[in-house]
Amino acid sequence: MSVAAVAAEEVVPERVSEFTLANGLDVVVIPDHRAPVVTQMVWYKAGAADEPPGSSGIAHFLEHLMFKGTDKIPTGQFSKIIARNGGEDNAFTNHDVTAYFQRVARDRLATVMEMEADRMVNLRLTPEDVKTERDVILEERRSRVDNDPGSILQEQMMAALYRNHPYGIPIIGWEHEMEELTREDALSFYHRFYAPENAILIVAGDVETDEVRALAEKTFGKIPRHGEHVKRVRPQEPEHDAAVTVTLEDARAGRTTVQRYYIAPSYASAKPGEAEAIDLLMRIAAHGATSRIYKRLVVEQKVAASAGGWYTDSGLDSGRVGFYAIAGAAHTDEDLERAIDGVIAELRETGVTQDELNRARASQVAEFVYNSDSISRMARQYGWRLAAGMSVEDVEEWPDRLKQVTVDDIRAVARKYLVENDSVTGILKPVPEYTSSIGNKPAQAAGNGKS
Amino acid sequence: MVRLGASLAALALLATPAAAKGSGMKIQEVTSPGGIRAWLVESHANPLIAMRFAFRGGASQDEPGKDGVAYFVTAMMDEGAGDLDSTAFQEREQALAMRMDFDAGRDVMLGSLQTLTANKDEVFDLLRLAMAKPRFDEDALARVRAQILAGLKFDENDPETVASIAWDKLAFHDHPYGRPVKGTMQSVSAITADDLHNYVRRVFARDKLVISVVGDIDAEELGKALDKIFGDLPEKSELAPVADANPTLGPRREVIVMDVPQSVAQFGLRGVSRHDNDFIPAYVLNYIVGGGGFSSRLMEEVREKRGLAYSVYSNLYPYQHGAVFIGNVATKNEAVARSLTVIQDELGRLADEGPSQAELDSAKAYLTGAYALRFESSTSIASQLLWIQIEDLGIDYVKKRNALVEAVTMDDVKRVAKRLLAPDRLLTTIVGKPVEPAAVAGQGAPG
Repeated sequence: MSVAAVAAEEVVPERVSEFTLANGLDVVVIPDHRAPVVTQMVWYKAGAADEPPGSSGIAHFLEHLMFKGTDKIPTGQFSKIIARNGGEDNAFTNHDVTAYFQRVARDRLATVMEMEADRMVNLRLTPEDVKTERDVILEERRSRVDNDPGSILQEQMMAALYRNHPYGIPIIGWEHEMEELTREDALSFYHRFYAPENAILIVAGDVETDEVRALAEKTFGKIPRHGEHVKRVRPQEPEHDAAVTVTLEDARAGRTTVQRYYIAPSYASAKPGEAEAIDLLMRIAAHGATSRIYKRLVVEQKVAASAGGWYTDSGLDSGRVGFYAIAGAAHTDEDLERAIDGVIAELRETGVTQDELNRARASQVAEFVYNSDSISRMARQYGWRLAAGMSVEDVEEWPDRLKQVTVDDIRAVARKYLVENDSVTGILKPVPEYTSSIGNKPAQAAGNGKS
Repeated sequence: MVRLGASLAALALLATPAAAKGSGMKIQEVTSPGGIRAWLVESHANPLIAMRFAFRGGASQDEPGKDGVAYFVTAMMDEGAGDLDSTAFQEREQALAMRMDFDAGRDVMLGSLQTLTANKDEVFDLLRLAMAKPRFDEDALARVRAQILAGLKFDENDPETVASIAWDKLAFHDHPYGRPVKGTMQSVSAITADDLHNYVRRVFARDKLVISVVGDIDAEELGKALDKIFGDLPEKSELAPVADANPTLGPRREVIVMDVPQSVAQFGLRGVSRHDNDFIPAYVLNYIVGGGGFSSRLMEEVREKRGLAYSVYSNLYPYQHGAVFIGNVATKNEAVARSLTVIQDELGRLADEGPSQAELDSAKAYLTGAYALRFESSTSIASQLLWIQIEDLGIDYVKKRNALVEAVTMDDVKRVAKRLLAPDRLLTTIVGKPVEPAAVAGQGAPG
């Protein structure tokens, strides 16, 4: 069954082109003329794993501060100017990259490119801006992590999984270190990493390569090289000699949940073909209702209400795979852990069937085609790979490489990477049982309409 | 320092972006041989077809005491149909790389389908089967019920969800809009296969159906496909009438204690319905209040100036039988009272003085310029065209829409601000452990 695979070859009607400016900025153009709009993205090869010790969260904090101002953009005006031009903008930070993007009408590309180039080197920060924004990122941490026991557990599991590599440090930062972050910390990270030769510009949409080249040379091209080679040297992970279990008891947990992480290579760090095999392994093992873990735990054994998993494939130094199961009303974390172990053992011992591989491959290859429907998704798809050091060809040949993966390849990566010592198990338990207010009786509701 | 030539400040004042003037997208009105209608935008650039459709009805068709039936139905749509049990159906879906989703809104049951052109015939047939011959087998029912109950258990501990459900209850009481779309532990536990079959029979009917299609298919082929997909459904729906609701106003603040470091507050007022002459001015106003991200007053005052929150926003919800204006802020427990005061003051200021001319101009520049961004992909175009049909705005709405926004005057916005923004009538639910008691002036008043 390779209908989807055949269709994938019909996509990418126009060539994606790439070139490098004299100052080292890599530029990728993805033409798509269906709608008169463009997406611009600038990816800096700098993320939370590049932070100096003790300054966790500075990469993300800087991302916020990049919206403050320059000599030309008054404080707080960056996004407002984009909006007045009918555009939308935002940014995100992860362990390896920080990316900024705008979506605008095609005739506004010159404007947003000039603005993005300007803030690559001309950021201006007042002490008040920094202080207020630090309160904002602390609120963001409360929203994303502290208010949610599932996120707290994930943070602890990552810290346990990576004993030495900074992937174990949360991207948003540890609260006590975030509280101490300064303007100087932000500017020092900025000056070290924000430079044309450490960035990739991606423009997707209703544009031609020559037009982008001319605009990029007029804007980003005027920025001198940083000069000093930007090196990303991170402490690497030692071999692991023992598995770790992290248990969090929290009244807000809802239902008992068990998660299992394993360190595995990413597309950037894997030996040729291994990441593709892991991708398909995880789709077969843990993606949706047809997956192994769902069939075993939810449909057959009925120990879990839901189960699944994922593959984080974009890291520079390493990736990871994860499995999760949410207990049914009458089951315990021991039941879930035993059942997950059973699925892993089965994958290691007998691998997957040809039928499972065919179905998984059809849907995986189709993702590539579906992504081609959206220029912003295309820009991201290329950005993630290129920022990790891969090439445009690597991205375009990905469906072909998926076609070469065999059931033997999948069993081999299952045996090699689903290894107990490289795993962390996380257990979340709703203890003590908590009854809140949804539904008919607001059991914990207090201060009814205090007025 | 690098010199970049032209002053960037000047760039803020350019004319309307080219894309706002229309992309020449052609919407065809297709009627199938069997009389089923759809809007189509042909695009053969990629081998993909996107379809969105809706049955008027939605969660407000849940019978009293059976909250969550519509939502339950959406979760069961790929759990087996015709001769295929759930596993067979789902494996078929995966092999065809088919994307099918259902979603229960308050007023509509939404469907979404994406397929590769190469697989379209089989995919259309599977969609037909899912809607015309759902099985709702006992084991699938038990499995999905357990998932929904687990989801509700998590929701009980999610401050934003708790605040939202509590707000709906306070505003709408026993009206269908006051009931939770996902149901309650109690109601979901009691839902049967018959309830689901009844819902599908009453709601999945051709007289309340709207459809939009974008992608690699022409009008003639689509016409045949429409008959194939939807032709087996009953001609007439059996919808229960839904009364118009007049949401209860405050001033009222209800605190629901939850042991979290950050409280979430949802605040709201009566809104403006989609066919009210004030809707477009209200839409522009909402952008200025809290719909416009960093360009909004609430973001400026709460986050940018004071660092009180990471997120603060507002939205208009023009439900068919009762419109509301709702905002949300998440702020540490120590700062809840201060955040709400800032918000209330800002709403009051806008009601009294209206926005500045610059704010109004910026709002219109964004809303008109960014409209084209909603038509970037096949799925987003299909979604836009679907909502235009659901809201009955006419096939020429895409062309007219920016002119409607351009026509909004300062007087319009000031009038609507006075009508809409009543800071002394706010209804607010707070979930968390706010440090200061949630005092408000006056007693909660009936609407």
